[in-house]
Amino acid sequence: MLEILDYAFMQRALIAAVLVGITAPAVGIYLVQRRQAIMGDGIGHVALTGVALGFLTGTNPVWTAVAVSALGAILMELIRWYGKTRGDLALAMLFYGGMAGGVLLINLSPTGSNANLTTYLFGSITTVSREDVTAISCLAAFVVLITLGLRRQLFAVCQDEEFARVTGLPVRTLNLLLAITAAVTVTVAMRVVGLLLVSALMVVPVAAAQQATRGFAMTLALAVAIGVVVTLSGTVFSFYEDVPPGASIVVLAIGVFAVITALAAPLARRRARRTAVAEERCTLPLPGARAAAPGTGSPGTGGPDDVLV
Amino acid sequence: MKPEPPATAPATAPGTVPGTVPGSAPGTAPTAEAPAATSAETSAETPAEPPDEPSAEAPAVISLRGATASLGGRPVLRGVDLTVRRGEVVALLGANGSGKSTAVRSVVGQVPLSGGELRLFDTPSRRFRDWARIGYVPQRTTAASGVPATVREVVSSGRLARRRLGPPRAADRAAVRRALELVGMADRAKDSVSALSGGQHQRVLIARALAGEPELLIMDEPMAGVDLASQEILAGTLREQVALGATVLLVLHELGPLEPLIDRAVVLRDGCVVHDGPPPKAVGQHALPGHDHVHPHAAHDAEPIRTGLLT
Repeated sequence: MLEILDYAFMQRALIAAVLVGITAPAVGIYLVQRRQAIMGDGIGHVALTGVALGFLTGTNPVWTAVAVSALGAILMELIRWYGKTRGDLALAMLFYGGMAGGVLLINLSPTGSNANLTTYLFGSITTVSREDVTAISCLAAFVVLITLGLRRQLFAVCQDEEFARVTGLPVRTLNLLLAITAAVTVTVAMRVVGLLLVSALMVVPVAAAQQATRGFAMTLALAVAIGVVVTLSGTVFSFYEDVPPGASIVVLAIGVFAVITALAAPLARRRARRTAVAEERCTLPLPGARAAAPGTGSPGTGGPDDVLV
Repeated sequence: MKPEPPATAPATAPGTVPGTVPGSAPGTAPTAEAPAATSAETSAETPAEPPDEPSAEAPAVISLRGATASLGGRPVLRGVDLTVRRGEVVALLGANGSGKSTAVRSVVGQVPLSGGELRLFDTPSRRFRDWARIGYVPQRTTAASGVPATVREVVSSGRLARRRLGPPRAADRAAVRRALELVGMADRAKDSVSALSGGQHQRVLIARALAGEPELLIMDEPMAGVDLASQEILAGTLREQVALGATVLLVLHELGPLEPLIDRAVVLRDGCVVHDGPPPKAVGQHALPGHDHVHPHAAHDAEPIRTGLLT
């Protein structure tokens, strides 16, 4: 079983997989909290242009992808601020533009072809180079630093933006930072999971985790744990079965989601029953007080005592 | 149980012998005196009545002059003057769409003013950075957040104004715990906010504002959709804060159980101030502009609860 670790390319792929498993849900949780789960998808499309630009200019596509997707993410964030009415159309334009630009540029470049692009679209375990691992490690360190180090601030911003602004938090800076972090994460994930499926790894582990948790910190921890488990096992599965790792990772993640949902359903029902009982206990005195008031005819004496209990 | 006064407390409470219940308690009895007339008489610009609050001399904490603002091209504020002095409890009243929420949101910088002047703690709002002195309770939205969060996590985010980027220290955790105790939610600290009732949720939002130990509380419709048990707790919490010298500006649809706490009421209609003075008393609230109560005489079961809570 452990013989797969003898292969250097597999070692690199597994390192990359762990980093993806940590970073994608760690960023995704804020996007989900802000109901922007689709943003990762958009960045993924835009990053495609960055990858093609790398081929065209002969530089490592990881770096060009970081630059282009960060620009795209900032643009999306600005559209969110200013373009209240036509925001969805502008975003759609960005998605398709990124995709089309990528295909266009890759075919213009001497070395690239659509086949190269496919490994970036769905991930590949054999193509993670030593250079890539270094780049991915640096980028992942940045993502972890932001998403964990600023988790209280980002939580406040994503949970209630207006309140966060009145608190005096630098909300715009934090939003831009989150957008850039999401772009960096897309780039970290693109070698292993692929640009078309990276968004799934940002969203699905979070969706799975929150079936079973009550708090944000717990959801974050569980989502990262799920992310690491599915990326590792998906990568290993791809080694044996020779399928793109992105596909196996995402299918696994959805499987975990299904299992947790099935297991959590009875749990949630029990919890719902408990809160229902608690609410009954809270509101019971009130109907009592109301009923007592007209009955006794001297509401000033009976009502308040009941309420104050 | 009682919170420590904020760091700047010595300046805040210059002998604020906390008028726990400013003498209006008897006035709340259903057998009130001539209703609307009293409020009209004393509606002089600066009410020089109950001696329990240092109204006229105290420095202005909020000063809004000739404020105009529009939302989506429609003018919502049309020259609003609003002054809240240190230690005052001011209620902003008015019908739906009168601009009271917009006025409050412009005070906290969430609606840009198209004209007029806003000063916070004697600083032009443009240069005001001391947000930790303000505790803001926004209007409660029913939309749940995408990811679960516990009561403690939500309340802790109110503490960020004080500690910015550093990790939470013991004092921060203590402040969060105290805020939770103040609103009676300490036992629910680890529960998900999505499992709370409307009233409990509102209490969490108030605890979030209190966690920052603010000098000025700004609340937008804190009683909307709140069950009576929670209303009682909220009124008690507010009373304690006022006793400690807090300044409060709150948007209310009607005075309700908070009435005895309120020093001054500012009534808006169509984006203009139409009354600035003592709160309209007891039955007077039914005479408020745009106030449409539809319960014919079921009101008699609400009255005793209100008096009972606050006497």
